[in-house]
Amino acid sequence: MPKTARAVRSAPERLHLAADVLVLGGGPSAAWAAVAAAENGATVVLADKGYLGTSGATAPSNTGTWCVPPGDNRHAVVERRWQRTGELADQRWMLRCVDTAYRNLLQLSEWGYPFPSEDDGRLYIANLRGPDYMRFMRRRVLLAGVTVLDHHPALELLSDGDAIVGAAGVGRQVERDWRVDARAVVLATGGCAFRERILGSTGLTGDGYLMAAEAGASLSGMEFTGKYTLAPHGSSLNKGLPFRWASFHREDGSPILGPTGEPLRNGIGDREEEVARALIEGPVYARLDQAEPALQGWLRQGQPNCFVPYDRAGIDPFNDLFRITLRAEGTVRGTGGIDIVSDDCATGVPGLYAAGDAASREIMTGAVSGGGAVNSSWALASGWWAGKGASTHARRRGGKAFRSEVQPLGQAGLRPAASPRADVSAGEVIEAVRNEVTPLDKNFFRSDTGLEKSGERLETLWRDVRDHLQGEGLERIRTREAASIAAAGRWSIAAARYRNESRGMHRRTDLPGKNPAFAHRLVITGVDDFRIAGAPERLAELAS
Amino acid sequence: MIEIVSATRCVECDICVKVCPANVFDATGGVPVVARQEDCQTCFLCEIYCPTDALYVAEVAEGPTGISEAEVEARHLFGGYARALGWRRGKAGGSQFDPTHRIRVAQ
Repeated sequence: MPKTARAVRSAPERLHLAADVLVLGGGPSAAWAAVAAAENGATVVLADKGYLGTSGATAPSNTGTWCVPPGDNRHAVVERRWQRTGELADQRWMLRCVDTAYRNLLQLSEWGYPFPSEDDGRLYIANLRGPDYMRFMRRRVLLAGVTVLDHHPALELLSDGDAIVGAAGVGRQVERDWRVDARAVVLATGGCAFRERILGSTGLTGDGYLMAAEAGASLSGMEFTGKYTLAPHGSSLNKGLPFRWASFHREDGSPILGPTGEPLRNGIGDREEEVARALIEGPVYARLDQAEPALQGWLRQGQPNCFVPYDRAGIDPFNDLFRITLRAEGTVRGTGGIDIVSDDCATGVPGLYAAGDAASREIMTGAVSGGGAVNSSWALASGWWAGKGASTHARRRGGKAFRSEVQPLGQAGLRPAASPRADVSAGEVIEAVRNEVTPLDKNFFRSDTGLEKSGERLETLWRDVRDHLQGEGLERIRTREAASIAAAGRWSIAAARYRNESRGMHRRTDLPGKNPAFAHRLVITGVDDFRIAGAPERLAELAS
Repeated sequence: MIEIVSATRCVECDICVKVCPANVFDATGGVPVVARQEDCQTCFLCEIYCPTDALYVAEVAEGPTGISEAEVEARHLFGGYARALGWRRGKAGGSQFDPTHRIRVAQ
């Protein structure tokens, strides 16, 4: 029988549990971290803002993985992919990620996850259907003896002065505060989608970034938030794949041309740039008319969520022109997040680990998007490492934790620096951040003057958030989300202005082309008064 | 976003209240209500978890379309996404028939 977390004190107004490891989040990396920690002998609590099984960017999607089978060819595959990362990724991390992800994909198959078969009968394990995968992972987490708290968003981390020793939050359906004392915490809270209406975005507000930074952890790659994905206009379906076989037209019917002057027949990858330019000028329409009939069938059957908007709006996307948009994806398909300092996904703050999109994926995918594939393999691998790392730390620390008084670390949105003001509201803060970090002409195409103005606006906004934003009861969830979004937006704009060049998804119209002096990562440390530093050195080879 | 909880189809199991990652529903003791529509992320997952196909999420993510239950019923849209996936009565199914690997080859 797996060991389970225990209640410290039961009171109707408050839930107080104790465990070796607390995992925050409800997507794939959280699930893998919880399973890994439990397998390592730890008692584990997983607390998620939403529901483990539907939370996050994976559950509503159908995602490829970066699936590289063992063998010498791995080095060549990794080397080829590295060439596309703007020289910022780290091949050692890429190799260990594909190895661990592959092992966990095989593990899924051994557990009985219903993978499809190829024509020769072999299982095809390189693709995971989101709703099925995450429902399956929920069951594995429960089988491992993990205590799962759904709809229990974390508001802040707890520290005993030497290390992180848990977190506190509120159960939003039971309207009761919770606290979990834990010898290690894994942040698997996902990226920051800046409240763009994309799949999984409601919960993806960058909460883990702010919690980690308040604890003293650093962030990296925050400037890489220039990834946008095509979607039918007004829909949530930020899935680019069908647009691989599309033509694109302006309002007057004229085709949008690619870089060679030919009509664009593939709207994904680098070609998003042509569509972005046209969208700044006016409405853009597409038709999936480059897909042959057999492919149309596979797209419909294999990517059914992509066709829900068309079917419900009465559109035949293979024959009809329909209006499209580019959806901002923040750090979800961007690469920024909590900086990882060792192989066990430690953050440098004792007792605090990060996984999935909460962690920076710059070491995996550099300045370009990890899309579904790399990010999905990263979740499979980083969740596993973080769960093992956190449970090992918990065992080492043993009874040393909780000897001194426990302090809550939450500041902005929870404990304002000055008196709360009712006119500083979560909704308005989020709207103000969105105005700087989502418009195509500000964030897809960037310039120093534009970034300077955005930076000034976000500094003013941040001072209001820091000094005056506060909520009571369940409202604290909103005010904390708004504070996290404001912090993430501010870091992103500041890092984008610091990186005086263009690289990958960071497109500076005033500075086209790469500058070799910036062929390194940018690391941000601090919340209110933060600093940005280049990190040319390689990551530490060994776990701390 | 979520627009319809069909009182004629709903069996009051409150699964939608539990599984919605954005917490848009409230339990009432009877048919759940959409209490926080604005938070809906239009992920369609409540539909496939619903054992009686009683929920309808319209395709527009920015705001409600005002579509009626009668129209959704007449156009056979209840449960449409679940059928496309191969999920039935709120139970997972169909991932073993996913032909996405053929799309990746074509890509």
